[in-house]
Amino acid sequence: MSAVTLTDIVKRFGTFTAVHRMSLEIPQGSFVTLLGPSGCGKTTTLRMIAGLLDPTEGDISIGGRRVNDLPIHRRNLGLVFQNYALFPHKTVADNVAFGLRYRDVPKSEIEGRVAKALELVQLPNLGARYPKELSGGQQQRVALARAIVIEPDVLLLDEPLSALDANLREDMRVELKNIQQRIGVTTVFVTHDQTEALAMSDRIIVMSEGRVEQMGAPEEVYNTPASEFVANFLGASNVLAAESTGVNGDEVGLTLPDFPTLAIPRDRAPRIAGAGPAKLVIRAEKLQVRPPGPVSNGAYSIDAKVEAVDYQGQSARYFLRAGQHQLQAINMIDERPLPAGADVSVSFRAKDCAALPPETRE
Amino acid sequence: MTIESRERRQPWILLSPALTAVTLLLIVPLLFIVVYSFWLRSAAGADTPGFHLDNWQNVLTDRFYRDILLNTLKIAGITTVFCALLGYPAAYFIARSRGNKLILLVLLMLPFWISYIIRTMSWINILGISGALNSALLALGIISEPVQMLYNEATVILGLVHFLLPFMVLNVYVSLEGIDINLEDAANSLGATRWQSFLQVTLPLSLPGLAAGGLLCFVLGAGTYITPVILGGPRDAMFANLVFEAIIRQLNWPLGSALSLALLAVLGALVLIYNRYLGMAQLAKGLG
Repeated sequence: MSAVTLTDIVKRFGTFTAVHRMSLEIPQGSFVTLLGPSGCGKTTTLRMIAGLLDPTEGDISIGGRRVNDLPIHRRNLGLVFQNYALFPHKTVADNVAFGLRYRDVPKSEIEGRVAKALELVQLPNLGARYPKELSGGQQQRVALARAIVIEPDVLLLDEPLSALDANLREDMRVELKNIQQRIGVTTVFVTHDQTEALAMSDRIIVMSEGRVEQMGAPEEVYNTPASEFVANFLGASNVLAAESTGVNGDEVGLTLPDFPTLAIPRDRAPRIAGAGPAKLVIRAEKLQVRPPGPVSNGAYSIDAKVEAVDYQGQSARYFLRAGQHQLQAINMIDERPLPAGADVSVSFRAKDCAALPPETRE
Repeated sequence: MTIESRERRQPWILLSPALTAVTLLLIVPLLFIVVYSFWLRSAAGADTPGFHLDNWQNVLTDRFYRDILLNTLKIAGITTVFCALLGYPAAYFIARSRGNKLILLVLLMLPFWISYIIRTMSWINILGISGALNSALLALGIISEPVQMLYNEATVILGLVHFLLPFMVLNVYVSLEGIDINLEDAANSLGATRWQSFLQVTLPLSLPGLAAGGLLCFVLGAGTYITPVILGGPRDAMFANLVFEAIIRQLNWPLGSALSLALLAVLGALVLIYNRYLGMAQLAKGLG
């Protein structure tokens, strides 16, 4: 049974539609991420699940029970905010105990459960401090402890890591996922950070302008983007106008100027039905940039010129010109990158390509 | 000059105009008042310089002064309570309203564009014998003769609340604005109803603003002398009226000085107590 079900959810603010007819099932115990740029409706969706916003249309169920008319304080959800939202006038222990006091938990039990929750987030012995005496990372852990100590049916995380600095963010990412798996709570995570989404999720829901662009496992969304938006939002991609020559057995043929004729696997072009305009998508890290020379068997190759190099230590991002196309490639490098102005050969494999139909939007 | 010494001097250079003004216009006159309070007014009408404790003895022992001081503090206290009860919901409404906050704040400040005296006197047109309320009640047949509603303690308090309410609203508003809007949502998500999260989270966090507004209302209320003159009866004199009487009517500057210093001491003590527990920073926030 799914822990959270959204059925045909629409949210309008005045004439602006923030979420267009969204349906969604979140399996029990899974970690689902709503990913998208700001204004895509991901936070609005989270706030509707939380009960902080009412959907204009559609139904929300939690644990099989319709909760549209259930006020937030009776939904039994754990909510973690981007800015932590700790109560500044209460100690850490009182912050964590807050939810238990409204749940008929006997007083004798509260202390133990608070201590256990603080231990889970690796903050034992800090119960007597006030939030402002803690670092950002510690405050985030307290917020998490406060949300999970009530044993919520669903844990809702609204960009919980974005206020932390980069190193801490990566540590917390691992730890958050770890804690989630240990207590097995169904989790809905909202972020605009694709790395977080890919690293933590069982399922990613990519949203744009109030619509779901794609739902799927992280590898699926990353490798087979369902739209140009997804291709560009998750990492750097090259999206080039092409012409489909139609489906031929297990392959789809694609032609475009300055490229050899491509035959890409059918499952990488699920939405191409026949001949006609299409888009070729190749991830930047799948383009291999080498000095001109023979390429390995079965790989396509085109000639290009390096226009600019963005050196990043272990990798380099190349800005390339190949005939009429501008391409981006991100390659791991040894020692030094190829210099700007160099003539190079760019190779890629058929299975690293994906094809999309031209964008159609109602 | 080194950069360090220049940096140390700069604040003083920037402060000097204000410090000069405060010294010349506040501290020096205050010292005059202190000196005056030890002089004596002779029967002939001339002031006798010297160090006499007669005025102070008078002020500190005369039950008449003590009763009026207590009455003044009582009126200021009641006014402050009404300001808090009326001002808090208004401030909460403004702080939580979307979009039109600026208009609401301008509306709140609007009365300041009209003289305080005019505003106070306007109550005569409303509550007076031939005022709006009496006319309305007569027209409706609820009363057969005009009722005297003015010139009592209640109308003094009414006038003071009218005058001081914006100070309370502004102070509470500022402290409510400083509270993270997510805190109430967080409390709700943890199982608290809206009323419970208000009592547990918003109210305690806005107490500094409420206290700052309360202090302002109390101090301004206790120091007023125009409102009782316009809206009070003969028995509703407040402490500042005594100072006015002594200095302007009786031309007894030494006694008036001692009286005004006594009021200053009482209100100053209150401010010190407030500062001890809440700090002046909150007050500055509310005024800014």
